Amino acid sequence: MIDFSLLPDGGTRWLDGSGDHPEIVLSTRVRLARNVEGYAFTSRARDGERLRVLGQLRDAMPKVDPLKGGVILRVDELATPDRQLLHERHLVSKELAGLDGTLAVRTGAALVLADEVSVMVNEEDHLRLQAMRSGFDPLGAFAAATALDDELGRQIPFAWHGEFGFLTACPTNTGTGLRASVLIHLPGLVLTKEISKVLAGLQQMGLTYRGLYGEGSEVVGNYFQISNQTTLGKGEVELLDQLSKVVRHLVEREEEARHVLLRDAGYIIEDKLWRSYGTLRYARSLTFDEAMNYLSGVRLALSLKLLSSPSVYTLNKLLIHCQAAHVAQYDGRATLSDGDASVARARFVRDALAADVGSHG
Amino acid sequence: MVCDTCRERDAVVHLTQVVEGAVTQVHLCEKCAADKGVETTVAAPKTPLTSLLQTVQAQLATGASDQTRCAFCQATYKDFRASGRLGCARCYSAFEPQLRDLLQRVHGATRHTGRQYGPPAPDQLQRASTVIELREQLRRAIELEQFEQAARLRDQLKEVAE
Repeated sequence: MIDFSLLPDGGTRWLDGSGDHPEIVLSTRVRLARNVEGYAFTSRARDGERLRVLGQLRDAMPKVDPLKGGVILRVDELATPDRQLLHERHLVSKELAGLDGTLAVRTGAALVLADEVSVMVNEEDHLRLQAMRSGFDPLGAFAAATALDDELGRQIPFAWHGEFGFLTACPTNTGTGLRASVLIHLPGLVLTKEISKVLAGLQQMGLTYRGLYGEGSEVVGNYFQISNQTTLGKGEVELLDQLSKVVRHLVEREEEARHVLLRDAGYIIEDKLWRSYGTLRYARSLTFDEAMNYLSGVRLALSLKLLSSPSVYTLNKLLIHCQAAHVAQYDGRATLSDGDASVARARFVRDALAADVGSHG
Repeated sequence: MVCDTCRERDAVVHLTQVVEGAVTQVHLCEKCAADKGVETTVAAPKTPLTSLLQTVQAQLATGASDQTRCAFCQATYKDFRASGRLGCARCYSAFEPQLRDLLQRVHGATRHTGRQYGPPAPDQLQRASTVIELREQLRRAIELEQFEQAARLRDQLKEVAE
């Protein structure tokens, strides 16, 4: 099994609960899609071409400051449960991990993980430069991704077009190749049924939303990923600005909704949230969806100051560790039946919360 | 506030319409809104890929050439239509008219206005590609158990790297 202790922070520093509005905005991610000049794009490339892309990146690493001290994980050489673990940690996409059902993992699929940034190698594009930050920090994430982009682009020639900008396998990413997204928790807007209006407005702003795990994933536990939809015709800063404005507005609307809920249905909400906490503290079996929904309740309770523990960091970690591959790893097995997983999940959650009990515990 | 259409149920959907410069407010209940085709539930959004493919399909109907082939990667526009992905950077030149049209529809623009890029100087690249080439040859030599050849390549690699 993969040893996450070898990775910087187990690859989850972005969950540490720091940054702006961490109880509502869990994390911010910026990724830049880049391709290496001279090779067919990943899905059309031969194995040898993809390996050369990886080799070129490996050669460049010592000369690229943001990647110094980074580790290379050959995703194509990992067993399925390990690839699943990386995906559950949001470090690799379903496609790179070969978990999307239609595609097997590709030869040359790799993840380079450094302190501030990471690179998915041979995903849809040859290189996907990523920076993740805890809380709401689009400019911080962008600065880190850009520093990597600048240095790497001096070592490796990127596919570039004078008019279209950076060339990507899918024309939806052409131009800046930039996708900035925030993972945001909106239980107030869901409970007050404002959410559909809010989400409908996103598209008009050139933004889109998805569930916790990217394209095509379902919304669970009131977590939404909001990101820019277009990448061409506007500069990077303008794209980030647009997203930032909308996210700030969403945070305000969410805070208003929470205020309304407490004012109009105080004891109902309070009871619901305490029940969420009680269930997580003492349940003997939890499905993934149950765990997500109760964790959503506890997160809301925490930000309403109804609870003083657990910490945001613990809640963030639980979000990752409640997923199937992590639960199985915790239980010391490669895979678990659904029933066994629910039992192991409940045990993990109980242990984590017991270890993090505060004055209200 | 009651629904503008049925005048019975509470209005929960509030639309602002702009018709020929005149702004009007419409207030609808959930049922009347649904009847009018206004989305009110949290439905899965169209993924960019889905809408892209729809655009590509629409483009096909207007008679864009399907058999154009990229000279570098041999992909045809038909391949792109089937997968939603281009074969290589040269495809952007090979399918330029269709893509320009597509980019305009997807992004509302075709000109990149963000960060500019200049590829690295050729001599640096030369060295990088030599290293890669040698390493590839070295691996092949080791796989084929040509150890003398491998030793030679290893020495060359050392020289180039210094």
